[in-house]
Amino acid sequence: MVTNPKGRFGSYGGQYIPESLMNAVMELEEAYNHYKEDPVFQQELSALLQDYAGRPSRLYFAKKMTEDLGGAKIYLKREDLNHTGAHKINNVLGQALLAKKMGKTRLLAETGAGQHGVATATAAALLGMECVVFMGEEDTRRQALNVYKMRLLGATVVPVTTGTATLKDACSAAFREWTTRIAATQYCLGSVMGPHPFPTIVRDFQAVISREIKQQMLEKEGRLPDAVLACVGGGSNAIGSFYHFIGDLGVRLIGCEAAGRGIDTFETAATVNTGRVGIFHGMKSYFCQDAYGQIAPVYSISAGLDYPGVGPEHAYLHDIGRAEYVPVTDSEAVDAFEYLSRTEGIIPAIESAHAVAYARKLAPSMRKDQILVITLSGRGDKDCAAIARYRGEDLYE
Amino acid sequence: MNKLASAFQNGKALLAFLTCGDPDLDTTAAAARAAEENGAALLLLGVPFSDPTAEGPVLQASNLRALRGGVTTDRILAFVKELRGSVSLPLALSAYANVVFSYGPERFLAACRDAGIGGLLLFDVPYEERGEFLPLCRQYGVELISTAASAPEARVEQIAREAEGFLSLLPCAEPEDLRALAACAARFSPAPCVVEPAAPTAEALRRAAALADGVLLREPLVELLERCGKDAPEQIGAFLRESKRALAGEPA
Repeated sequence: MVTNPKGRFGSYGGQYIPESLMNAVMELEEAYNHYKEDPVFQQELSALLQDYAGRPSRLYFAKKMTEDLGGAKIYLKREDLNHTGAHKINNVLGQALLAKKMGKTRLLAETGAGQHGVATATAAALLGMECVVFMGEEDTRRQALNVYKMRLLGATVVPVTTGTATLKDACSAAFREWTTRIAATQYCLGSVMGPHPFPTIVRDFQAVISREIKQQMLEKEGRLPDAVLACVGGGSNAIGSFYHFIGDLGVRLIGCEAAGRGIDTFETAATVNTGRVGIFHGMKSYFCQDAYGQIAPVYSISAGLDYPGVGPEHAYLHDIGRAEYVPVTDSEAVDAFEYLSRTEGIIPAIESAHAVAYARKLAPSMRKDQILVITLSGRGDKDCAAIARYRGEDLYE
Repeated sequence: MNKLASAFQNGKALLAFLTCGDPDLDTTAAAARAAEENGAALLLLGVPFSDPTAEGPVLQASNLRALRGGVTTDRILAFVKELRGSVSLPLALSAYANVVFSYGPERFLAACRDAGIGGLLLFDVPYEERGEFLPLCRQYGVELISTAASAPEARVEQIAREAEGFLSLLPCAEPEDLRALAACAARFSPAPCVVEPAAPTAEALRRAAALADGVLLREPLVELLERCGKDAPEQIGAFLRESKRALAGEPA
């Protein structure tokens, strides 16, 4: 879907970064273009994905959920079963291996919920690289367990106190740090955002999700699904789930955004539904912002979706009407978190629960011979204490 | 002759940076007048942004103080137009792309022209993305200021050849990298080159001035805004006076 050499998706994307970073992204682009065609690199990556991360991830028929909702057949793409418990590892193994090939010795990452940070710390440990993770101070509190995991894996976690002290600020801090330490450092970005070539690189590494869904679905059902649902913050598990279906116009692609307390409130992170086109973090895309283009403080119960922008390819898919983006509130997501736990014995990440929540609305409106796939981007262990507190229990990790 | 070029006609130019509205626009106006009275040759006025990703902690904090004080793009553009009544230095604005994009680039540049602003520096618009803003800048007679960083010579040359207004050279970790950057920029740029001193000392200022046509003071002035708030203009004037002396080679 990359429509021009500078990584534009329609008018979205681009490279809106300080000149001090241009060298680094140009070096990355050149290396990526080389290694993506390199059979040795691809072989090494495949081996890591298979033997270390546990791919392919399962496509599981959720029989009880299907019966309970009484509509479409529901399948769950189990990215939560990957090593480190989320889809983030797909991208991180690719980028870390690429960085290693480029002769880099140090990985930088930003993290919201901590899943990408844990995945990066894991890859750094595996490949013998130094790792520094920037995380909003607010998120280090919400996701204390993941902070411990990153440190256990040998990474340095830097709490970011600027701005809203969440994902966007962690991301800004990581960009800044990269500017000052380019020679030995590679920024391992966690989502399909930032300046070109990141949205394309991360998309390519996450596209394994839809490649597998397609193949597994053909094996199990002999046909393609009618809809694919995934949660969207920056949008990496969603674009990974959508990518190989973009040309299959019969497959509805539905991104579930974090509406927080609702899209009619200021406490929301539903970028496509409430934002407008802008330029931030290296890309032109949709952003939550005020009338003067100041980036808005966003809110969601989910630290991983608590980001004021969305990847440029999603902005494009939205504009051309190929994908739909629907808002899901905190309350609906928490209900879905509990629902999937009780119905299927699977505790989803609160991020992924946003997609489950929309499936609960959509499936009953579909025929029984239709098929719906939900990508469970991560598992919910990290969220249990926070959800318990949301329900009024006095539980801390 | 371009509008900003006059700043570089009398030896090494001293460029003063102020964040508009830090802590309020009255202070910015007083600091601008102090800068003019004390030897600044050009004023670079920053339009604050909520997420100034290109800048360090001192400038980040300045952006946020200004926004907390309630400045908006509209108020800043009106303010600069009014400032023109009491300050005759060449003026340039610096901003992040989203501030200009959100306002509407054409509307923003038309307002710049009306306010007598000669140049615009967009921190997060590198050479590759200039095409989006350059035609409108030309149309409204506002020079789009380029930035160059330590990079392979071919890239510095590419940027330098198309530089207008002035070419801002970004700080480098190693002094020899900055020297190489400055030499390459000077060879190819039709516009004057400007560097920021590595430290707020007379010695660092002289070393920076030796590399370029002008010296841009950002962090030292913003630190004064942080420390002295509404009383900063006097301190800023004094600092610039000292800096001017240092540039002229006079003892402090």
